[in-house]
Amino acid sequence: MPGEAMAGGGARRSGTARHFWQRHEKVLVPALLLAPGGLLFALFVLYPIAASVRLAFYEWNGVGPKTWVGLANFQELLADHVFHTALGNNLIWLALIVIAPVLGLGVALLLVRMTLAMRLARSLFFLPFVISQVVVGMIFAWFFNADFGLLNRLLTALGAAPVALLEGEHAIFAVILAGLWPQTAYCMMLYLAGLTAIDRGSVDAARLDGAHGWRLVWHIVIPQLWPAHFIVAMVCVVSALRSFDLVMIMTRGGPYDSSTVLALYMYEQAFLSLRYGYAAAIASVQFVLMATCVSFFLWHMLRRERQ
Amino acid sequence: MKAVLAVAIAALLLAAIADRGAASSLVINSNASDPAPRAAWEQAIDGFKAANPDVEVRLNVFDHESYKKSIRNWLTSSPPDVVFWFAGTRMRQFVELGLLQDVSALFTEGVRGEFLPTAVDLVTLNGRQYGVPYAHYHIGLFFRRDLLEKAGVGAPPADWPAFLAACDKLNAAGIAPIAIGTKDLWPAAAWFDYLDLRTNGYRFHMELMRGKVAYADARVRTIFARWRELLDRRCFVPHHASAKWQESQALLYQGRAAMMLIGSYIVPSFPPDVRNQMDFAPFPRINPAVGAYEDAPMNSLHIPARARNQDAAKRFLAHVLRADVQEGINRAILNIPVNRNAAIADDRFLDAGRKLLNSADALAQFFDRDTDEELATIAMKGFQEFMLKPERLDAILSNIERARQRIYKPR
Repeated sequence: MPGEAMAGGGARRSGTARHFWQRHEKVLVPALLLAPGGLLFALFVLYPIAASVRLAFYEWNGVGPKTWVGLANFQELLADHVFHTALGNNLIWLALIVIAPVLGLGVALLLVRMTLAMRLARSLFFLPFVISQVVVGMIFAWFFNADFGLLNRLLTALGAAPVALLEGEHAIFAVILAGLWPQTAYCMMLYLAGLTAIDRGSVDAARLDGAHGWRLVWHIVIPQLWPAHFIVAMVCVVSALRSFDLVMIMTRGGPYDSSTVLALYMYEQAFLSLRYGYAAAIASVQFVLMATCVSFFLWHMLRRERQ
Repeated sequence: MKAVLAVAIAALLLAAIADRGAASSLVINSNASDPAPRAAWEQAIDGFKAANPDVEVRLNVFDHESYKKSIRNWLTSSPPDVVFWFAGTRMRQFVELGLLQDVSALFTEGVRGEFLPTAVDLVTLNGRQYGVPYAHYHIGLFFRRDLLEKAGVGAPPADWPAFLAACDKLNAAGIAPIAIGTKDLWPAAAWFDYLDLRTNGYRFHMELMRGKVAYADARVRTIFARWRELLDRRCFVPHHASAKWQESQALLYQGRAAMMLIGSYIVPSFPPDVRNQMDFAPFPRINPAVGAYEDAPMNSLHIPARARNQDAAKRFLAHVLRADVQEGINRAILNIPVNRNAAIADDRFLDAGRKLLNSADALAQFFDRDTDEELATIAMKGFQEFMLKPERLDAILSNIERARQRIYKPR
């Protein structure tokens, strides 16, 4: 190291400073590099989370004084049937989102070849993810519209009875169906990326050993895709739990709250009903739910990586 | 990252400088974000600047929804000098918290003479005025004259039996009597308001809106009994729960539905080919002993209590009280000026509306402006549920009543 030649003499002070730096370089450099990002993260992510959790223990209408109510907001949540519906709908969403990775993997396997036609088909399949969720919601809301929608035109042309999917108490399923469309596209893209990283040798070897079709996919391809599986699972869980735009556009949570979800109910409590404390309590529940799911996956992934 | 921080700090500093500059000028925060209203207000401000060359005006325009959310922040932190808001309960909520400035001095005898007493009442609390009303609009039955004739109804129904008979005739002719879209919830509240105003009258309606009457009250049940008569006759279009009002109006224009209870803001969207067939009628009478009451949401300007430029703000409010200014604004936004001396745009719908509002005994502001925001949301969902599942009325009413007791609990 060049510093060692300068030791002693008049440069003692700067020498000790340099000495300190050298001893702690491995800690100081990453710390300094991380500092701006960490600071912004603390300011714009951690602080708002802490502030919302704190707000959940107050009653506040946005203007007047904040009143400490302890656990009252959470107690009210327990008895609130709209909250139960919202939580239930989020869980239904979570259960049905499984369809997206399955379809996405299927499409990815079909489109993995690099011919020009496949590239074109790939971009078509990816389109729904590029367009905004709001637009997806509008497209499906119009498609399902009972009076003017294309779906009912098709059904009546085929001689079937028209349906009003967004009308009844099962409207949430129509919304989830719309949500699966862009989610499938996203999963497909992640799997396509995963497929490029697959060890060609093992596939060829399996072929030589006589594995074809489904057996090849199940025993050779799918196990090798596990990094993609984790990312896909995480993305799907988060999208199912934070769903808002589609419900807002397609049903407004209606009819009468039957298709509401946690994020929408929180939004309504905060900005329509002006109950910021209660809304923060819903947000806290949603945060815990999401944090549990995500840390489960992270823990699983880290453990697997260590092995 | 450092560049981001530097930009952020620079932006903050610039904002602070801009804010200091604003201390000497008049800052107006407006929710009139649509092109026509925006232009109308810019014109009104130009007129004000010409008469007050010493005042510099800065107009900030926000879209309606974000405005509603942010006004609470402004009023409690660093407010502008003039805010756009709503007369009646929405204004009084802020006055009770001490957030709006008393502007009673503007309401001289001469000024009062130019305004409807009902309009002055709506900006008054405990005898003091806290704002300046500039526009309101009427709500009622917009209908297709040709469809009513085709079904043998003739003139629009003026009372309840005639209204029910009209429904039957329209249904028999294969035309849905009433178009409505309850996805936005509030169109159902218009029915609640009018059924209540026509059955129980204004005083009862306002007591209900202020949380003074239980939703389990027998008089509330009569509202739903009338409503049920309409549901049993299948007066409303099916599938209304998944349609917004904009979507449901298409049924009128396509000739599939005949009437719609809606505000006059529907008029500009009449397509040219059916415009001549469209007409307006007040909501039918139900109880002849009850006075003439209407829903007429009124928009107004206010000065935040902590505004820095109170003097210029008061001069601007006085300017907006003037008949010629109200005339210009309302010509552009196709509303009815609150100043009686202001002429209205030449339009038969506005004409009908002004007659209706001038002869009204009292004006309500609409369900979601007259009652607590939270109660409004819960109740309007209940109205939608009732329209789809009328047999659940008991559960719906007890749910609203529980909310009322919690929200209006004595503090």
